[in-house]
Amino acid sequence: MNPLAYELAHLDALEAEAVHIFREVAAEFERPVLLCSGGKDSLVLLRLAEKAFRPARFPFPIMHVDTGHNFPEVLEFRDRLIDELGERLIVANVQDSIDAGRVAEETGPRASRNRLQTTTLLDAISEHGFDAAFGGARRDEERARAKERMFSFRDDFGQWDPKRQRPELWNLYNGRIRKGEHVRVFPLSNWTELDVWQYIAREKLEVPSIYFAHRRQVFKRDGMLYAFSPHVELVDGEEPFETSVRYRTVGDMTCTGAVRSEAVTLQAVVAEIAATRVTERGETRADDRVTEAAMEDRKREGYF
Amino acid sequence: MGGPSSNGHLTAVRTSELLRFATAGSVDDGKSTLIGRLLHDSKAILEDQLQHVVETSERRGDGYLNLALLTDGLRAEREQGITIDVAYRYFATARRKFIIADTPGHEQYTRNMVTGASTADLSIVLVDARNGVLEQTRRHAYIASLLRIPHVVFCVNKMDLVDWDEAVFDRVAEELTDWSARLGIPDVTFIPISALEGDNVVERSERMDWYEGPPLLYHLEHVVIATDRNLTQVRFPVQWVIRPNSTEHHDYRGYAGQLAGGVVRSGDEVLVLPSGQRTKIQAIDTFEGARECAFPPMSITLRLKDQLDVSRGDMIVEPDDPPTSARELDAVVCWMSESALRRGARYQIKHTTRSARAVVDQLEHRVDVNTLAHQPASELALNEIGRVRLRTSAPLIVDPYARNRTTGSFILIDETTGDTAGAGMICAAS
Repeated sequence: MNPLAYELAHLDALEAEAVHIFREVAAEFERPVLLCSGGKDSLVLLRLAEKAFRPARFPFPIMHVDTGHNFPEVLEFRDRLIDELGERLIVANVQDSIDAGRVAEETGPRASRNRLQTTTLLDAISEHGFDAAFGGARRDEERARAKERMFSFRDDFGQWDPKRQRPELWNLYNGRIRKGEHVRVFPLSNWTELDVWQYIAREKLEVPSIYFAHRRQVFKRDGMLYAFSPHVELVDGEEPFETSVRYRTVGDMTCTGAVRSEAVTLQAVVAEIAATRVTERGETRADDRVTEAAMEDRKREGYF
Repeated sequence: MGGPSSNGHLTAVRTSELLRFATAGSVDDGKSTLIGRLLHDSKAILEDQLQHVVETSERRGDGYLNLALLTDGLRAEREQGITIDVAYRYFATARRKFIIADTPGHEQYTRNMVTGASTADLSIVLVDARNGVLEQTRRHAYIASLLRIPHVVFCVNKMDLVDWDEAVFDRVAEELTDWSARLGIPDVTFIPISALEGDNVVERSERMDWYEGPPLLYHLEHVVIATDRNLTQVRFPVQWVIRPNSTEHHDYRGYAGQLAGGVVRSGDEVLVLPSGQRTKIQAIDTFEGARECAFPPMSITLRLKDQLDVSRGDMIVEPDDPPTSARELDAVVCWMSESALRRGARYQIKHTTRSARAVVDQLEHRVDVNTLAHQPASELALNEIGRVRLRTSAPLIVDPYARNRTTGSFILIDETTGDTAGAGMICAAS
């Protein structure tokens, strides 16, 4: 037997694993939902869902938690893509949670709706009765996420308890939950940032324009470049200026930093990422910088 | 030679394979240093992560660059200096992408070692050259053999502290060759290394010219894993039935799943279990279109020639050498729950895509993980391993674990808490 004939390229192996997880969740849960921000990881999730369920439609809807401070390019892209896929989109608005008095808007120059999203997300999960939510989180993103399971259990408050995680053996996933509990499912757990980009290149997936270098009005804060927009308040000494940037992650405009870049093609972006010396969250996410365990704390509260 | 290349993995994307390996060890055997070196030398540690380790090591007064801080992600772990469970780390070279399942090696963490080992292609067992083969070395090798990890690499570490002495290495290798033969590990490799100084990790050591084999990374990049999976007996657990119900695909009925064994080809004759009906494979569908053939662990969709009633939990197999449809299972179980396994207890059992209820008819013995001795037992506590006989409420379609790691394994779920209570490997079934 020629062993070379049965070698599976690493992206194919990761894809096979993720597709297996998608189908397992569809089979074992009553009301799954796919969380989608329009960012690169959720675009890969959508492609994997196509691989798992076509020629049928997805056996679940897609949900976006919209902070109201998202990049307009990403929202436009999201709507067009979901339309092309012919799938159902639910939008849960942080603004609605604010209007309903469920959360209070932060104030000051560093105000962000990042943390408020958690309430909107948990409310939407409970309102629709979702028992499983696919997310695009990867273990290589952040220290607390490195400990995350493929099936991550949340109690009826949406909380994550890292000490009470279930062991995951072989490809046997235990999806038993009690009423009110739900599971976050992370099919991309074993993917790295580079895997995601290589997959986007291989699958020729279209991504929002902000991932490529473009001219933008930005300002510098804590060593990071942020988009100058009506949603931010500048403090003394902060001056907006125009330069060529791209984004490595897509989040809320108020807490997602840009990197200086001239990379206008996918090939150039992948080359820059392969050569980078800083992680994507370390470079561009203010939300992780609050304390050493910022992500762990938010996850415990029910964050993505 | 296949050293790491930071740009290579872009151009080599189509040919690079995925290798999953497990490491087990305690704090002082150099495991973290070894992983740190593999990650660092392959550029998988980035500056902000390294900066975090530098700052935290200083603040804690570790007195050295504490690379364990890279993998210990939770606050409790950092505060207590422990690893709570399996940490997964990733790195890539031009030839392969690697997933490391890093688990603490102490006896009380057997369940984590078993978890990490369940999906591993290869296991690295570290031996401190100064101490030679210890009880825990034997235990780590035993767990690798129990989970049928096909390749085991014994890294005899800290060779710098024994003057790079060939005799020390030979003594360890000889002892572990015997032990591995007793365990039936198919492929065993010994490498003398110094994780701290980097000898034989990524680059060949010039201080141990008596060692003729490759350095560790070269071995990880080249060990043949494609034929480790069962490629002879077709096993396809049906996971999900695709029925579009659209005018365009009105009669489409596809059986989706991940191939667990054998090579399937369009036109092959197959048997559907448990119904026992025979048919042929009409087509192997993927999102990209139909394929002529598929092999494990591909996720595919099969269409069958005849209209049969096939649903989740059924298995499509080859007719000549089918698995056993069984309600009585002899199995080795690793216990993962704080509430002990006892005779007469009932659990939910999940095997491939099929679930049933199972009762423990017999607890045959407990295995002493250090000596392999069988002990009489009235219960299996957390982290203990033993042989049990189970009876299930519905037939399961099984192979011995030794033949197929997917169709030979199962988990037991506590029906009250919903927790995964045990991991089982089937020895025999009827």
